[in-house]
Amino acid sequence: MEVSRRTANLLGGGGGGRGLNLKETELCLGLPGGGGGSEVAPEAPKANGKRGYSETVDLKLNLHTKEPATLDLKDMPIKNGLKEKNLLASADSTKDPAKPPAKAQVVGWPPVRSYRKNMMSNKNNKDEGSTDQKTSTASAVAFVKVSMDGAPYLRKVDLKMYNSYDQLSDALGKMFSSFTMGNYGAQEMIDFMNESKLMDLLNSSEYVPTYEDKDGDWMLVGDVPWEMFVESCKRLRIMKGSEAIGLAPRAMEKCKSRS
Amino acid sequence: MSENNHHLHHPQQNHFCPAETMSEDEEPSRPSPPPPEPGSKKTRNCAAVHPSPHSDRVLEIVLEHVLQFLTASRDRNAASLVSKSWYRTEALTRSDVFIGNCYSVSPARVTTRFPRVRSVVIKGRPRFADFNLMPQNWGGHFGPWVATMGKAYPLLERVYLKRMSLTDRDLCLLADSFTKFKELVLVCCEGFGTSGLTAVVSKCRQLRVLDLSDTEVSYDGVDWISYFPEGETCLESLIFDCVECPINFEALESLVARSPALKKLRLNREVSIGQLYRLMVSAPNLTHLGTGAFGHPEPQDPNNQEMDYAAAFSACKSLVCLSGFREVMPDYLPAIYSVCANLTSLNLSYANIDVEQFKSVICQCFKLQILWVLDSVYDEGLQAVAATCRDLRELRVFPLNAQEDVEGPVSEVGLQAISEGCPKLESILYFCQRMTNAAVIAMSNNCPDLVVFRLCIMGRHQPDHITGAPMDEGFGAIVMNCKKLTRLAISGLLTDRAFAYIGMYGKLVRTLSVAFAGDSDTGLKYVLEGCPKLQKLEIRDSPFGDAALVSGLHHYYNMRFLWMSTCQLSRQGCQEVAHALPRLSVELLSYEENEKMDDDTVDVLYMYRSLHGPRDDAPQFVTIL
Repeated sequence: MEVSRRTANLLGGGGGGRGLNLKETELCLGLPGGGGGSEVAPEAPKANGKRGYSETVDLKLNLHTKEPATLDLKDMPIKNGLKEKNLLASADSTKDPAKPPAKAQVVGWPPVRSYRKNMMSNKNNKDEGSTDQKTSTASAVAFVKVSMDGAPYLRKVDLKMYNSYDQLSDALGKMFSSFTMGNYGAQEMIDFMNESKLMDLLNSSEYVPTYEDKDGDWMLVGDVPWEMFVESCKRLRIMKGSEAIGLAPRAMEKCKSRS
Repeated sequence: MSENNHHLHHPQQNHFCPAETMSEDEEPSRPSPPPPEPGSKKTRNCAAVHPSPHSDRVLEIVLEHVLQFLTASRDRNAASLVSKSWYRTEALTRSDVFIGNCYSVSPARVTTRFPRVRSVVIKGRPRFADFNLMPQNWGGHFGPWVATMGKAYPLLERVYLKRMSLTDRDLCLLADSFTKFKELVLVCCEGFGTSGLTAVVSKCRQLRVLDLSDTEVSYDGVDWISYFPEGETCLESLIFDCVECPINFEALESLVARSPALKKLRLNREVSIGQLYRLMVSAPNLTHLGTGAFGHPEPQDPNNQEMDYAAAFSACKSLVCLSGFREVMPDYLPAIYSVCANLTSLNLSYANIDVEQFKSVICQCFKLQILWVLDSVYDEGLQAVAATCRDLRELRVFPLNAQEDVEGPVSEVGLQAISEGCPKLESILYFCQRMTNAAVIAMSNNCPDLVVFRLCIMGRHQPDHITGAPMDEGFGAIVMNCKKLTRLAISGLLTDRAFAYIGMYGKLVRTLSVAFAGDSDTGLKYVLEGCPKLQKLEIRDSPFGDAALVSGLHHYYNMRFLWMSTCQLSRQGCQEVAHALPRLSVELLSYEENEKMDDDTVDVLYMYRSLHGPRDDAPQFVTIL
């Protein structure tokens, strides 16, 4: 093909750094005071006595005089000016001391808008293959949709705002109070160990909270420790106890297998 | 003809004069500065001194009629410089005003000069603010504009804002002030909530367009969709795909059903696939659709709808632009097959689908002109694009994983394939982890129509991963071979040589974006001295200092703005520029909160020409020299 022939010509002019045959591509550089095609000699950095950045500039110049390909860029953290400040605690910059930090993340790089970054990190959470610790479950927010049977619209809650099932239960109760006419808000959390009590609840017209977990199964809320719940819950649905009855056996099973 | 028309004067290079060219996303019409002082040109006609009222008035009437046909800002700006009469008449007949930088001119000045404006475009923050490089609350407030225009332009019909801050009050004022209001387009804006939207939708009865692309709306409990007035609406375009607020679906469904003119509907991810189905059934005439979640049906959605989803899409015979897929379940993708052949625009950039799923869609999209995807389609997916989409004009490949030290699924292979398969390509944005000069050079040869070339090699200072060379030659080839190029973003390991190429060949470049590039001041000098059309220059983390800054003095009045963050500038150097160019607003921003610049280093320099003088709404971290 035409193009690959051209490419071969470009690369044919010798290996390594500046092997491209400039005349072939007519990329002539008529530098003022210099010869055509000669390299731009890197000037020494301005000695302006400033700290910080000149160090990094020095590092970069060293990059050029050596073989660029062999340098391990991971050893050269680029300072963000003098002050290594992150303007925004992005979802990526969480502290996870158990894992060694990768190359220092720089603010605003790569240039992807925060909205898109947040959307994508949500998707990475769902992706089983993701091994990158930065997009794993240690994110600052955990928004899930909450629907309630009979309510005309959905709501969203950030599960990370709560520390226990009780707090969540309170919040949900308030959120949907206008629809439940007082039927929501079991006084204590569902006691999974007590089968008969559980069955009573599920036979009533009381509302119970259920959730969809990472495997896509619908479960009764309360069967796993809170932290585990926050990590595995994808969405919430508040339904009548009588509708939730089909979930109970599975919930019991999963609960027993975990304890 | 009277002597009025004989003496055109041309704006001189160093004068404060409008740049003639527009950026790729510009709307027509910009205000140009007033003509030079009378008497500075002795060619001024004598008729102006002893006017003959009758003949002058006739001329002006004729001119008014003629100028109505002049819509391009370039032409209007030129016309306004012919003579005082032309200036006046042009000002009276300009209906579309474009303000590229909200601080370049005061609202009062605009409304004084242009009394009969129907449409306004105002842009605020510079683009690097999107990436958290600008501290919060820098400015770009719509408030002063709506306050002034509310009184001066009661017949205003259209407002387009980009990167501006609005409050609920601003929106209320807008709704109250403009009874004939028709179009509100807010791109990358923030600062308001659903209450503000409610004011607009309930009071602006002639609202045709409500577009909230990439705009942040906070949810304050009010369901704005419910507040559209009863009865038929004039809505043609309703875009809220990035608005992270819950919505009342019944209200939305009712709204769509009573909006017979609706052509563009982009739903947010709160809308489930079952809800989408119902909307599509009631609006089969849509031309642009954003599908919302497109994931698993919600518990309350009806079951077993696969056949019907496909039918719903088939029924949309006019569909040419498809986006959304925000929580996509690939099982449902086949539903869109029937419309693929008609699509000219497809946005899958929020859809994490795999290569095979992507290929099954793209292989049918042979009319596609605009494609936005995630790099999770791999080079193989891009090869499929190249094989099918011969008519492709714009491609954007976004990273699923926006980080530096990960394996990237797309590379020079994908770029090369695209260049070979899509010769009509005009605009490309390509995020990748590795690239070669050869592929970039190939694109420069294969795609001569390129106007926008933005390559983001996500690892900083990454060289050509096969040869180890800097990426200078690749970008050099782009500026040399792509004769129509106006917008360029560079990345990877780059020496001053790359800038030399840009300065030498980038004669039409208007927007240049630089990050972690260059060796010395010489690099920036090449660009400032070599690119006469440069309008917007944004630079971060590059070793350019005062000497480079000063080399651009001859050009800064011709530019919309210059942004330099974490470079090697000193306060002194910036001061020098501020002294030399009094009509330039030179802002120094500090990353330290609540502290003005106390030492000599400059975190951020943001400077722009301004007729206004230093703005009075600058927060504490901004110093205006």
